[in-house]
Amino acid sequence: MPLTPEDVRRIAELARIGISEAEVRTMRTELNNIFELIGRMQKVDTEGIAPMTHAQGAGLRLREDKVTESDQRERFQAIAPQVEQGLYLVPKVIE
Amino acid sequence: MLNASLKELSAGLGQRKFSSVELTKAFLARIEALNGRLNAFITVDAEKSLAQARAADARIAKGSAQPLTGIPVAHKDIFVARGWLTTCGSKILSNFVSPYDAHLIERFNGAGAVLLGKTNMDEFAMGSSSESSFYGPVKNPWNSDCVPGGSSGGSAAAVAARMAPAATGTDTGGSIRQPAALSGICGLKPTYGLVSRYGMVAFASSLDQGGPFAKSAEDLALLLNVMAGFDPRDSTSIERAPEDYSRDLEKPLSGLRVGVPKEHFGEGLASDVGKAVEEALAQLEKLGAKRVPIELPNSGLSVPAYYVIAPAEASSNLSRFDGVRYGYRAKDYADLGDMYRRTRAEGFGAEVRRRILIGTYVLSHGYYDAYYLKAQKIRRLIANDFVEAFKRCDVVVGPTSPTVAFKLGAKTADPVQMYLNDIYTIPANLAGLPAASIPCGFGAGGLPVGLHLVGNYFAEAKLLNLAHQYQKATDWHRREPKGLQ
Repeated sequence: MPLTPEDVRRIAELARIGISEAEVRTMRTELNNIFELIGRMQKVDTEGIAPMTHAQGAGLRLREDKVTESDQRERFQAIAPQVEQGLYLVPKVIE
Repeated sequence: MLNASLKELSAGLGQRKFSSVELTKAFLARIEALNGRLNAFITVDAEKSLAQARAADARIAKGSAQPLTGIPVAHKDIFVARGWLTTCGSKILSNFVSPYDAHLIERFNGAGAVLLGKTNMDEFAMGSSSESSFYGPVKNPWNSDCVPGGSSGGSAAAVAARMAPAATGTDTGGSIRQPAALSGICGLKPTYGLVSRYGMVAFASSLDQGGPFAKSAEDLALLLNVMAGFDPRDSTSIERAPEDYSRDLEKPLSGLRVGVPKEHFGEGLASDVGKAVEEALAQLEKLGAKRVPIELPNSGLSVPAYYVIAPAEASSNLSRFDGVRYGYRAKDYADLGDMYRRTRAEGFGAEVRRRILIGTYVLSHGYYDAYYLKAQKIRRLIANDFVEAFKRCDVVVGPTSPTVAFKLGAKTADPVQMYLNDIYTIPANLAGLPAASIPCGFGAGGLPVGLHLVGNYFAEAKLLNLAHQYQKATDWHRREPKGLQ
């Protein structure tokens, strides 16, 4: 089912990736070609087949509720674009 | 030294024929001479490497060396290493100096290996040619007009051009095996869960697996011995008894059943590749293996299913790159939303943006069942095909890539054309099975052909056994590109 330009703009907004009108046009063609490839799998009957998420069907491991990490904030924030008093700075959100 | 195996290098170091510092300097010189042309490395730091080499020499002198102590290893720039720039071939991480080591890097450090440098790759591991890197394309050492394969093309080119005796890569849809095939070297994707993904920047979490590149199966085994093992920090890491992956190398092949899937020898396979693979199969039969025809009936669905699952998981994994805590941040923005949109539009290349959009769409409200869930069901069908096949054979063998290395720019105009390169490698990722590629001849233009081997879960030792026996009877893996200096 081919994407409309509005679909492309909506997905780009969901993905928080800025996109120009010219890019909407090119992306739309490229994405529709890829969806044609993907479409090949729609013709197969998968009724009653259990989806597979993990090779050995393993589930998430549990661990003891113990603190194992140490405070490394300074080290991690040394590479941040903008930091002040241990806080990551971003443009104001609330008016 | 540049052509020696890991075993020979280890012996040479142990016998004081040369030091790790001398060995590291030799490879650094080779990189200096060739990297301008091949663009295999993004980051080289001689000072850091030589400091590790000196520490390795001290350890060797003390008599506490391990098989990889003192040996330089190049790492795909997707593994974070403390104090090293780790870029994933992307502008969005072009300023990211990692504050921590990946589990894999910790293991190599613990083994006393030397970090030789960080290799070039398709951006965020999305590609089959290593052309999409922010740092420019990697060239194939056999023909610099051609691609080395991808996404781990830098690591493959480094080993092929003897810039490194060993390297690491990651494989999500074929990104170790396909460049190994196109660059004429050996590469292995372990069973899903065997090598920890902690510190390996995530592309598609249910498919990604780190693995080794080397010039021989024997060397791959030594590398896997260091790389494999449980890590509690990776929630998908499998806990099981450690293995010596070189223990079965010398087993004779008599009686080994080689499964040949008819679906991998049909339309789309170039005749020069098919010919080399057929000759390899005949060679395996000469060594005592038994050829068994098998079917992988859902093979044709693997590429479509993969291009739903991988982009879906990528769209989630790459949402962390938003300019807030690390990496590139756009210079001008009106507000927070604008900062996100510009940072990601400017920081990500075209292929990455395409895949994030595909993934976002297939996971969005109303489409999840039709796409992602459907693809996971197809994944089950593909895995089941292998379960059936392994009742009748021990290893599935075929071509790794439908063609030999193609020219730079030949497939960049149409993403779908590029995607079809992974047609033989993707099924093993979807099923989580171990798979390898080893050189088996040459095709058009004198370019290498790779033989693809798929084993049952955790059967890496058997794969390496088959590969090693083949390499004792042939010398494809010993050939090296000419005219490199």
